[in-house]
Amino acid sequence: MNQLQNFTKGLLRENPILVLVLGTCPTLATTSSSLNGLGMGIATTFVLIGSNVVISLLAGVIPDKVRIPAFIVVIASFVTIVDLVMQAFVPDLYKTLGIFIPLIVVNCIVLGRAEAFASKNSVLSSLVDGLGMGLGFTLALGILGAFREIVGSGAILGHKFIQGDGILVFILAPGAFMALGYFIALVNRIKKAK
Amino acid sequence: MEYILIIISALIVNNVVLAQFLGICPFLGVSNKVNTALGMAGAVTFVIVLATMVTYLIQIYILNKLGIAFMQTITFILVIAALVQMVEIILKKISQPLYQALGIFLPLITTNCAVLGVALLVIKKNYNLLEGVVFGAATALGFGLALIILAGIREQLELADVPDGMKGVPISLVTAGILALAFMGFTGIVK
Repeated sequence: MNQLQNFTKGLLRENPILVLVLGTCPTLATTSSSLNGLGMGIATTFVLIGSNVVISLLAGVIPDKVRIPAFIVVIASFVTIVDLVMQAFVPDLYKTLGIFIPLIVVNCIVLGRAEAFASKNSVLSSLVDGLGMGLGFTLALGILGAFREIVGSGAILGHKFIQGDGILVFILAPGAFMALGYFIALVNRIKKAK
Repeated sequence: MEYILIIISALIVNNVVLAQFLGICPFLGVSNKVNTALGMAGAVTFVIVLATMVTYLIQIYILNKLGIAFMQTITFILVIAALVQMVEIILKKISQPLYQALGIFLPLITTNCAVLGVALLVIKKNYNLLEGVVFGAATALGFGLALIILAGIREQLELADVPDGMKGVPISLVTAGILALAFMGFTGIVK
């Protein structure tokens, strides 16, 4: 498989959120605005790339029986790095995302890629795979966040374009579930039409 | 009184799944049948209460004492993973029926973000040990409540004529959305 394929499969064909339906918790929780969604996406992308690279480097060293705990330690280390960096440089975003930053550890996408891809492939392929999957995750979060922000508060990237409120329910919890549900339905429909 | 407030708040007002978006994966994954939902809810409650207690003690007596609170994420996830393994082994040894009822769900729980989420929230909210355990138990029951309600609805949905693209995950998400809307009615009971 060439590197371009490794990269693009995460964006569309195997998009972690819209096609594989992994990592739904942060997806629903952090997409109340496009900026929050993008911030979460970038944080996760960093963790994905870091853990993919390190795990593919260590794949020969880690005994098979303890590989899952070992993967989790590697992932948790990167999450701690992201956590501390965000706390220092983007305190506002850090506050909004709250416990969902440490919870990147249990994001199924990260462990899933480590187990299914990074532990079996070369460092470069794993890096490209992490980047592609991360960007696919960010893309889906960005789109969902933008949609909820436009409909829910009548704003794009924090700039309001209507007077008063939007359809408030879309920035609250129920809107998150419904918006993601309809997005996945749309993707299913498009896949079927092909 | 304080404990009643924590319970009501964690159980229905700030329901862990429908308002805080924790534990969505098992919420969608095992809500096909009421029976499996019950098993999962039981296993999660068990692990959350235990994990809350252990992680709390570790935070107070080890991480804070040594001034290495930044190791929180790594420590907690390892403790939870080890705890789940341990519970599985012990259950297998002492209670076969319970193991058979909860066993298959236990490995899935490590990656249930509700467990780690509750452990982190207890520290963040500065609860004491008893408050933390009550909060953990109530949150877990809230998880079970949402899971069992959704499973009940999905059993009915099997018979409904759902459009092709909406089958499976999408219709469950939309249903969960409507459920969340209903739970929003509780907002304001607890400040």
